[in-house]
Amino acid sequence: MSEVSHLRRFTSARVGLGRAGHALPTAAQLDFEEAHARARDAVWSALDTDELAAACPLPATQVRSLVRDRREFLLRPDLGRRLAEPHGLAPSPGCIALILADGLCAEGVQRHGPALVARLAAALPQAALVIAEQARVALGDAVGEALRAGAVVMLIGERPGLSATDSIGAYITWAPRTGRTDAERNCISNIRPGGLGAEEAAGKILWLLGAARALGATGVALKDEQPASPLLSP
Amino acid sequence: MAYAHGIGGTRYVFGDLATLLARATPARSGDALAGIAASSAAERVAAQRALADLPLTVFLNEAVLPYEADDVTRVIIDRHDQAAFAAVSHLTVGGFRDWLLGEAADSAVLARLARGLMPEMVAAVSKIMRITDLVAVAQKCRVVTRFRNTIGLPGTLSIRLQPNHPTDDPRGIAASLLDGLLLGAGDAVIGVNPATDNVEGVMRVVEMLDMVRERFAIPTQTCVLSHVTTTLRAMERGAPVDLVFQSIGGTEATNRSFGVTLALLREAREAALALGRGTLGTDVMYFETGQGSALSADAHHGVDQQTLEARAYGVAREYQPLLVNSVVGFIGPEYLFDGKQIIRAGVEDHFCGKLLGLPMGVDICYTNHAEADQDDMDVLLTLLGVAGVTYIMGVPGADDVMLAYQSTSFHDGLQARALLGKTPAPEFAAWMARMGIGPGNAIPAGLSPALIGLA
Repeated sequence: MSEVSHLRRFTSARVGLGRAGHALPTAAQLDFEEAHARARDAVWSALDTDELAAACPLPATQVRSLVRDRREFLLRPDLGRRLAEPHGLAPSPGCIALILADGLCAEGVQRHGPALVARLAAALPQAALVIAEQARVALGDAVGEALRAGAVVMLIGERPGLSATDSIGAYITWAPRTGRTDAERNCISNIRPGGLGAEEAAGKILWLLGAARALGATGVALKDEQPASPLLSP
Repeated sequence: MAYAHGIGGTRYVFGDLATLLARATPARSGDALAGIAASSAAERVAAQRALADLPLTVFLNEAVLPYEADDVTRVIIDRHDQAAFAAVSHLTVGGFRDWLLGEAADSAVLARLARGLMPEMVAAVSKIMRITDLVAVAQKCRVVTRFRNTIGLPGTLSIRLQPNHPTDDPRGIAASLLDGLLLGAGDAVIGVNPATDNVEGVMRVVEMLDMVRERFAIPTQTCVLSHVTTTLRAMERGAPVDLVFQSIGGTEATNRSFGVTLALLREAREAALALGRGTLGTDVMYFETGQGSALSADAHHGVDQQTLEARAYGVAREYQPLLVNSVVGFIGPEYLFDGKQIIRAGVEDHFCGKLLGLPMGVDICYTNHAEADQDDMDVLLTLLGVAGVTYIMGVPGADDVMLAYQSTSFHDGLQARALLGKTPAPEFAAWMARMGIGPGNAIPAGLSPALIGLA
């Protein structure tokens, strides 16, 4: 007969914790509290944009949203979608804009963003790199519009969870322009070591870009029908 | 038409019904973000007083969004049952609150009334009710649905088992699933939020969940919460889909932002019904909603988020759903800033859904950028448990490693049932007893991990 604790080796989820009555045992309860404290602190972390730019293989243009500080970022997503002027974005018609953005947590983009950019840039000769601060996903539309980009790949910090404070979400938008809805994007989430690795994530992004080019669109019209990867096999 | 009320020598005027409803809404960050909240506590209570004096019949003649411009409004008005409404048609919003709290409004009366109520009427009355009022009335509402078991019977509290995994790894999902079963979760549904919307990947998870359900002969239903168009494709390819999931909102433009139309939802429901997989009933739809989704999609049209949430329930009840839940604290602090706002919204959503006749659950949850913690969730869980919430979520250790937010844990579900004297759905409770599921840490032989590929 096996014990519930054996389930732990199959997932990073909090399984097999045992019970104190109906509640969590003390150690599991305090593990949770510690993880929550770390995640709360991570929300308030900031991008070191110079260090990030130096770690990337392409020259980067740095931009900001209209948000002034972190608290305003949390309360005013509308400002986080709008591009601060003046900005240094020079039109590069038809380019693929790769944007590294802090989003709700800068940690993952800071640590894993450059590796992802390196893989994408190697396969995309027309890539242009942008680093964006206090950015929401839709800021990519404004950036893409300014660049006259063919597509935008927004690599943005996801809101930190208890198990991971370093996840990146990739949002791909074909023919970006202000006013695009979320239904017009494709998303790949949980990009981080222990989630979806950089190499596999880059593969999926490149596949989606190719499919988007063929279809002339992203979003619900573009189904991710790439054959499932070996990682998903039992 | 305009509405007005004076307080302390100041006359407050509200230009139309939508403005009156917005100004009367208890404070929350989303309405402030939209620029439609009351600018002072006095203005709010003036709006509440004006709202209390409003005859319910006003809602029949003044829509918050024009009939011609919005298909949600059309559903609400076209499906309004005048005969059922007659029971309360003489009341003002304030009189309706008193009536709801009174003894005459018992479970049978409220069930007959549901189709006579418009979402906006229900939202309006909730704005002048305290939390205890909302709990007391919701507790009287009875909504029972069926697919492979019976959900919503008095004295039951069901749990959606949510075994998400960051990469949809089948063994990772299976481990969380088994952990949840051993802690009494899964009678509402075993439902996975997939990491991607890849049709093949979604089908693989659908098939895996169905395999586990069959292997253990669990009297429940499974669901992969992919976009409705993906689920349709999976069904076309023969995937064993029990329930069709979709996020929905309270305006046509919100639904468009989700990539759905009312016709698409109808098509998906018909496809699921054609599979004939339910053994006890034909409730095949599962909807999620949440205050703030319309504003998030820039599709709110100046209507407050709580009224729009109630309108989403008006959409849901078109499709005879098995399950509907608000994901109350998921969307973030720009819509519900802190524990206080999340708690109030969760209780409102449950009340509105139940009064409109829906099998209403709540994902009692928060994100790490909201000013909230587990204590807030405990308060909301207890309130909703007393209110008779149809189901809650069960997430391993309350930590969803795929969606990066905190919901209720399997343990929370056990504790709530124990504290409130609730049981799972009867078929599921009998199955648990048969399988020997109890408080120990040993896994019963009939639920051996090896049976589902966890060697």
